Amino acid sequence: MQDTTMAIEPTFAILSGKGGTGKTLLSVNLASVAKEATYIDCDVEEPNGNLFFNPTKEFEKLVTVKKPVVDDALCDGCHKCVDFCAFNALALIGNRLMIFDDICHSCGGCIYVCPQKALTEQDRAVGEMSIGRSGAVRSISGSMNIGENSGVPIIEELLKHKSSGLTIIDAPPGSSCLVTESVRLADFCILIAEPTTFGAHNLAMVQELVSLLGKPHAVVLNKTLEGKNPSEEFCIKNNIPIIGRIPFDKKLGSLNSVGKIAAREDKHYHEVFSSILEKALEEVRK
Amino acid sequence: MIIAIPSDKESLDSAVCVSFGRAPFYCLYNTETEQSTFLVNSAADSPGGAGIKAAQLLVDNKVSILVTIRCGENAAKVLQPAKIELFKALNLSVADSISAHVQNKLEPLKEVHAGYHNGH
Repeated sequence: MQDTTMAIEPTFAILSGKGGTGKTLLSVNLASVAKEATYIDCDVEEPNGNLFFNPTKEFEKLVTVKKPVVDDALCDGCHKCVDFCAFNALALIGNRLMIFDDICHSCGGCIYVCPQKALTEQDRAVGEMSIGRSGAVRSISGSMNIGENSGVPIIEELLKHKSSGLTIIDAPPGSSCLVTESVRLADFCILIAEPTTFGAHNLAMVQELVSLLGKPHAVVLNKTLEGKNPSEEFCIKNNIPIIGRIPFDKKLGSLNSVGKIAAREDKHYHEVFSSILEKALEEVRK
Repeated sequence: MIIAIPSDKESLDSAVCVSFGRAPFYCLYNTETEQSTFLVNSAADSPGGAGIKAAQLLVDNKVSILVTIRCGENAAKVLQPAKIELFKALNLSVADSISAHVQNKLEPLKEVHAGYHNGH
């Protein structure tokens, strides 16, 4: 890699169709082989990147969303807010307004339409986020409070702290809203897949998502073995570049299972992940 | 007193709809006039919160009794403070369900389910 100071470096998002495929393994190792990188753990339902980085915490805050609160003394039961809410988060029985916080999308519309000014916004914590440092990696991580139904506001907050340097986004599994939000700022998506029929099916799902979003992408094959690899066949059939292969390997599994970053522990793995990062950088510059 | 019954079709011989919040129609039966009318459920195709909006529709139409196969917890949170009583529908047509309720043959609906919200 050339030392291109001042240039804006790319943001990569690492995705897979299901959990346990190797997103965090690839993300933490790619961030670790870079000269400097920001790692963002967007899997706010079960963040685990910091188990590897064990960063020195530099900043933390609660993530809040705005929720409406009603003053019963001012509400005259006019029904306007109930009719306005596109998510049906409000109900009115007589003159008593009920607010369903878990259905509310914090749009603020009910407050805007209320002629009595009976509704106000209050902050409600939905999770927390932190920024820390581990060597040359700045690690940004968030977690959602138990019982909350959407991690999107937390991911939005995490992405606000992204810098212009090389960034690795560790996306949540699957192809939900959380994933869509996580890849919003990505210049390039790296899809990681297992060598099974199930793995190829999950790869196809997430590949469809990144195609719909118009994101350029490539694949890293994980846990590769001798013989047939349905995920590899999928890539060949659909002309998707394969930028790396991580072999099914006991040593790598052992390091990873005790929270060690293989690229920091072992020269061989440092080379494996450096090669993937270089190929990814070549792809993004194409 | 008005009885509401979720119905699949806009007719008294229709089956009772298995869903409360996403039923296409509600049959509203007025026990005093013995007249029934059908209300289009504007909540049926809501992306979310259908039970809340459907319950609001019944509140706004002064319903006192709901005869239904099942009911979600958010809908119940609106129906209960509005003092709308819930009764368990049997495998009967809308017309026969009205008769069964008038003859006190229906049991109160005891369980509400957690809903079938598919997240996001």
